[in-house]
Amino acid sequence: MIQPGMPGPRTATPAAADAPVPALRLPRRRGIELLLIVVAVLLCVYGYCAVGLAKHGAVPPGTARYGAGLGVLALLAHCAVRLRAPYADPLLLPIAVLLNGVGLVLIYRLDLETPGDRAAPAQLYWSTVGVALFIGVVLLLRHHRVLQRYTYVCVVAALALLILPIFFPAVNGARLWVQIAGFSIQPGEFAKVLLAVFFAGYLAANRQALAFAGRRVGRLQLPTGRVLGPVVAIWLVSVGVLVLERDLGTSLLFFGLFVVLLYVATGRTGWIAVGLLLAVLGAFAVGRVEPHVHGRVADWLHPFASIEAGQGPGQLAQSLFAFAAGGVLGTGLGLGHSILIGFAVKSDFILATAGEELGLAGLSALFLLYALLVERGYRAGLALRDPFGRLLAIGLASIVALQVFVIAGGVTGLIPLTGMAMPFLAQGGSSVVTNWIIVALLIRISDSARGQYDGTATP
Amino acid sequence: MSRYIRRAAALCAVLLVALLANATRVQIFESSRYEANPANRRQTIARYGQARGDILVDGLAVTGSRDAGGMFRYERTYKDGPLYAPVTGFASQVYGTTLLENARDAVLAGTDPLLEPLVPLWNEVTRSRNPGGNVVTTLNGAAQRAAYRRLAGRTGAVAALEPSTGRILALVSTPSYDPAELSGSKESVTRAWTRLNADAARPMLNRAIRQTYPPGSTFKVVTAAAALEAGVVRDLDAPTASEDPYRLPGTTTRLSNEVHGCEDASLRYAFEWSCNTVFAKLGVRVGLKNMTGTAANFGFNNRKLNIPFSVAPSTFDRKLDKAQLAMSSIGQFDTRATPLQMAMIAAAVAGGGSVKEPYLVDRTTTRAGETVSVTEPRTLHQAMSAATAAQLREMMTDVVEQGTGRNAAIPGVTVGGKTGTAQHGVGNSAKPYAWFISWAQPYDALEPAVAVAVVVEDAAGRRGEVSGGGDAAPIAKAVMEAVLASRPGGKSGRR
Repeated sequence: MIQPGMPGPRTATPAAADAPVPALRLPRRRGIELLLIVVAVLLCVYGYCAVGLAKHGAVPPGTARYGAGLGVLALLAHCAVRLRAPYADPLLLPIAVLLNGVGLVLIYRLDLETPGDRAAPAQLYWSTVGVALFIGVVLLLRHHRVLQRYTYVCVVAALALLILPIFFPAVNGARLWVQIAGFSIQPGEFAKVLLAVFFAGYLAANRQALAFAGRRVGRLQLPTGRVLGPVVAIWLVSVGVLVLERDLGTSLLFFGLFVVLLYVATGRTGWIAVGLLLAVLGAFAVGRVEPHVHGRVADWLHPFASIEAGQGPGQLAQSLFAFAAGGVLGTGLGLGHSILIGFAVKSDFILATAGEELGLAGLSALFLLYALLVERGYRAGLALRDPFGRLLAIGLASIVALQVFVIAGGVTGLIPLTGMAMPFLAQGGSSVVTNWIIVALLIRISDSARGQYDGTATP
Repeated sequence: MSRYIRRAAALCAVLLVALLANATRVQIFESSRYEANPANRRQTIARYGQARGDILVDGLAVTGSRDAGGMFRYERTYKDGPLYAPVTGFASQVYGTTLLENARDAVLAGTDPLLEPLVPLWNEVTRSRNPGGNVVTTLNGAAQRAAYRRLAGRTGAVAALEPSTGRILALVSTPSYDPAELSGSKESVTRAWTRLNADAARPMLNRAIRQTYPPGSTFKVVTAAAALEAGVVRDLDAPTASEDPYRLPGTTTRLSNEVHGCEDASLRYAFEWSCNTVFAKLGVRVGLKNMTGTAANFGFNNRKLNIPFSVAPSTFDRKLDKAQLAMSSIGQFDTRATPLQMAMIAAAVAGGGSVKEPYLVDRTTTRAGETVSVTEPRTLHQAMSAATAAQLREMMTDVVEQGTGRNAAIPGVTVGGKTGTAQHGVGNSAKPYAWFISWAQPYDALEPAVAVAVVVEDAAGRRGEVSGGGDAAPIAKAVMEAVLASRPGGKSGRR
């Protein structure tokens, strides 16, 4: 892509040499975005057809509806971007459309194995809600800096959302859900975005104090207690959330997010060391008192222990079997047996289906799509001038990166398994909606980053 | 700040590389180890994901496969299931495989390395499996049908062999069951399984190879062979110095006969009319060592017999007092034999004394019919000298021509036989088993064509030797006739 300040292709043409120097204008690239969206939708429709052909030897009857639904959603989102964020990064939206579409294909494919429990229609419904919120954010949020005003509102809202599920019954051993009028909402998902806003706002305001104030002990610069207070508070909250709600993933995510932003804001490597130390201490303490967490670690260390004990394969073992069965090129959509994973195959373990049916090739492609999404977020952060915007972009991108690492690492046996949703792919309304909001914010930030020299973009 | 953003980005890149490296580890390097894990059901799913190879009788498949959809897609079908069940066994998604379906499973399921295509690694590249191969049996369909038809409605078993090779021509057990009821993973499979296992008639018991019976007087062939081999009897027509009734040594039990004329009878007369007293005393005179030796040479106490599925060992006790030895020598007390074992005895007599290893699989082929492996006939033992075998042939022929086995006579064919009635149950209270073992050789043939053993558990009414001839001999005759009728050009018995 073209960096701000670099000569664009138009200025490099000899014909323009003697013309008056035009205002530096980045190409908007909305046409590229549209083209990529069309490609993404077609890829998903192809996948949908492939599932039908593999399972029933015929194109599924809902193909037109599915294709049209995804296409219309993508086009509406594209129009909103065209209208209010014309300089936005052209890759963000197509990646989101492709991941969301692939997720729908995988869930539809798994629905065929569980005729009594169809999740794809609900997922399509939530995707629609997500895109609607995406459009809402793009249209209504005029500039990301507006969010800085709500730094403390955000942290209060985030904490409230995190605490809310404690008052609701546990589902599958974790208190993460709030049931209202038949809908199941995971408030922790929304809290991620709010916390990212808070961290970005807080750190942008206090980065000098964190970096340079306070006493010095050896090589380590200790901050003052007034500035350090919120850090410890957030750490305690993240561990508290874990203990009360048994949500290892979210607490890990919050903590990682905070350490990354602290490091970027202050440039102090010591913070990373302190963060890791605290994380290890926290994880150790929780591992000792929480049998739930302890079991996850034991599973990770010995995924086949239950087989040797004669109790059959556990979920992680089934997941590893699915990945192994995929090999390099996969079995082909609809031809794997990841349904053997059983419970959570459409949510936490959706990646196993991708790994089995699309193979290492397809899995790598998915990882690279996420990496591209993250990279675009970081790039927008680099291009911006204001610390808040930079930190917010890094924070949002890091949420995606950490979440992908934690869940993908978990289901492939790299790290202990923590229940989390693969962004866009996994079944889960709250998750899909949140991820669309994240992409909307990244679009807004990248529009500012790329349009800031233009003069036409909102300052 | 930009520097630190780049470093954070580098951290994300490291995480990505770790994910990719780990995915590569799982999907490439650990792949085959995970796939081979017995708890991984994909192997089972894949195995039923393609049609199974077939089991052939007379060149025609007696099995088939039907796509039932579902996780385990292909289900086994059977043509004449009850007829061939003692050979094919069943292939069930729920209860596994038995008999040939089990013993030649690798070929039928396509996993046998011999079925690999000529291009190495071709299957790895295409992720395909070899189509299931076929198993060509040695069975003679006509003989099998004849045996099954004649046994129908009664409880019993038939085993027929080709004496010169050991090829199994018929293996029938009644009452039988339809293995098709057990294939697939439907709920009805579980119900059928429960019903078949609870059935008092035990339809899933393969009586021809897995059930041992007291062989009764048919065992006298072995005792006679032992007596001739040991030199206890040298002249078939010389009197044998036998009392009637015979007091079992060391007891007050008196053994008597169903027929007259057994006192001091010659071996020929005693064999023809099945004198218990003569053979009981002969067994004692031959001695435990020689009796067990001869029995072992015929195949008794052999725990390793595979045809290619295992056969219940027929037994002749190694530790017996003289009274027990006397009773064992007339096929009572602890002597027990499978019908297949008794057919092997008849075949050894017909085939010059050599006991061939019985086998059911002629060859295995690929789906396309290319031969993968062939079973070569093997000799287990020389049970007796050719001269002894010739004397036994003579006596067995007499049984059919003028003795208790006249029901088995076939015009134009030399038929030898031996009847038997085995008493069993507490105090011999149960209805005796009717036995008949025989062999047939057409006058124009160089080799005997067939040896048969028939056992009928619920023989009609009368006790005594006659029921072996009356109940079992006609069945043996039908089987022998079926084999003879299918000889090409009426020459050699080998097909």
